[in-house]
Amino acid sequence: MTTTSLNLTKKYRLRHYTEPVVFSLMLGASFFAVLTTLGIVLSVASESYRFFSAVPLQSFLFGTEWAPSSPIPSFGFVPLIVGTLLITIIALAVAAPIGILSAVYMAEYATPRARAFAKPLLELLAGIPTVVLGFFAALTVAPFIRAMGAQVGLTIASESALAAGLVMGMMIVPLISSLSDDVINAVPQAMRDGSYAMGATQSETIRKVVLPAAFPGIVSAFILAISRAIGETMIVVMAAGLAPNLSINPLAAVTTVTVQINAMLVGDQEFDSAKTLSAFALGLTLFVLTLILNVIALRVVRQYKEHYA
Amino acid sequence: MSFKTVFTPAIPAIIAANAPKIVAQDVNVYYGEKSAIKELSITIPDKAVSAFIGPSGCGKSTFLRSINRMNDTIPSCRVTGKIAFDGMDIYDRAVDVVELRARIGMVFQKPNPFPKSIFENVAYGVRIHGLAKDKVDLERIVTESLQRASLWDEVKDRLAHAGTGLSGGQQQRLCIARAIAVNPEVILMDEPCSALDPIATARIEELISDLKQNFCIVIVTHSMQQAARVSDLTAFFHLGTLVEVGDTDAVFTNPQEKRTQDYITGRFG
Repeated sequence: MTTTSLNLTKKYRLRHYTEPVVFSLMLGASFFAVLTTLGIVLSVASESYRFFSAVPLQSFLFGTEWAPSSPIPSFGFVPLIVGTLLITIIALAVAAPIGILSAVYMAEYATPRARAFAKPLLELLAGIPTVVLGFFAALTVAPFIRAMGAQVGLTIASESALAAGLVMGMMIVPLISSLSDDVINAVPQAMRDGSYAMGATQSETIRKVVLPAAFPGIVSAFILAISRAIGETMIVVMAAGLAPNLSINPLAAVTTVTVQINAMLVGDQEFDSAKTLSAFALGLTLFVLTLILNVIALRVVRQYKEHYA
Repeated sequence: MSFKTVFTPAIPAIIAANAPKIVAQDVNVYYGEKSAIKELSITIPDKAVSAFIGPSGCGKSTFLRSINRMNDTIPSCRVTGKIAFDGMDIYDRAVDVVELRARIGMVFQKPNPFPKSIFENVAYGVRIHGLAKDKVDLERIVTESLQRASLWDEVKDRLAHAGTGLSGGQQQRLCIARAIAVNPEVILMDEPCSALDPIATARIEELISDLKQNFCIVIVTHSMQQAARVSDLTAFFHLGTLVEVGDTDAVFTNPQEKRTQDYITGRFG
């Protein structure tokens, strides 16, 4: 019987070739994702540059009148961003308490059975297409608010920031509650035990130990939700209206950045008019805005971690 | 089923000398259908250290957690029998668990400081139970508690820093300071040194010996040397039963039961 000697030479082994192939596949995939992002940013930035060579930056950033179709067009960004922020704030005012409280309920109070039932149901809400939420806002919520207003003698526009904000709030509730639920669950049981052993009640434990420990995660959930709300289009197209009123009255019709991008590009357009190019400028500002938000979120989280983790 | 716990040689001297603080009678603990503690009866003396020893899964931690009703947080857990704390049955309906846990403090296996500053960690229970009259009083309590936990000198200049930034041994002493800040009568310790290095362990053991002048201390430990060093009373658990209780010297030098002898000589566990 002959013994086969171990073959220590490299050449006949397939595995020496598979590793580099796998490596380059993964590198390629990551590269593709990064490249796409870069491409979008560059394209938006270059078109915006063309826009800003026709319209001065100052009159865009600080102008209070948005009238791209008038004989003497004006491209004031302020009414749009105010409308966007107004609707986002209304949405957050709805979604923050509902999202956090339902997350706390699911993570801390719900029995496993209730949780298994409630969590998918809440996530179902996240699966509703925003176009459906949009017509729900326009055809159900807005008339309801209008009728309620009429009862107490208020005149409310049929397209109001309130209707759009309320429905958008419902859209981001599952986002906030689901992410917060995850971070609350990730708080070690040892923290809760420590608090209970001190004689703290369940709500004291949640308020003073669990929520502070989960705070960085909850902040990121909020930032993500705000980014979604700022970028959301369908709901506001249908429910908020096109009127670029500079107003912080939630009962008035307002318009948002995304609605105007949509309006600028719908229909037959010449692709080199200032009106069409303004869509790119609006897109760029939106992008910068969410970027700033993300940076703030990162800083908050990091500062907090330095302090406590 | 009924098992008689052996006492060595008769009633342990420490139980005879000190007032009884906790008296358990025919205690059974179940997790669902599974029985974790069977027919346990023991008297735990005040102003002394009692150690629970035994192999993993013998029920010593389960029984410890029954004493401050921490088992209430486990839905499937059920306790029968009677555990009296200063003569009051702690599983009586009239007992306020919040008040009970303020009087029976607990220190866990892994140090678990809250994600707060060192000061706020110690102030936690004091605030919850409203024990400080004002800010000055609160500061006094926090300072004293840190001193009694022999941590004060190491942290006095950084009370506002995060408690989680301390070393493992310091964190455990912080947890002890947190527990004694609410002025409990009993301190339960569930393997308080198992996550610590020998030097940190020595400091905690020293601290335990200091604290027994004022508190009734119950400690669960895997280290027989630790039980021998710090405790006055030793109870040996095996498979959910309390096999033997006695003065620590007696249990370690002259165990009455074969299983106790096998365990302390390292034949199993």
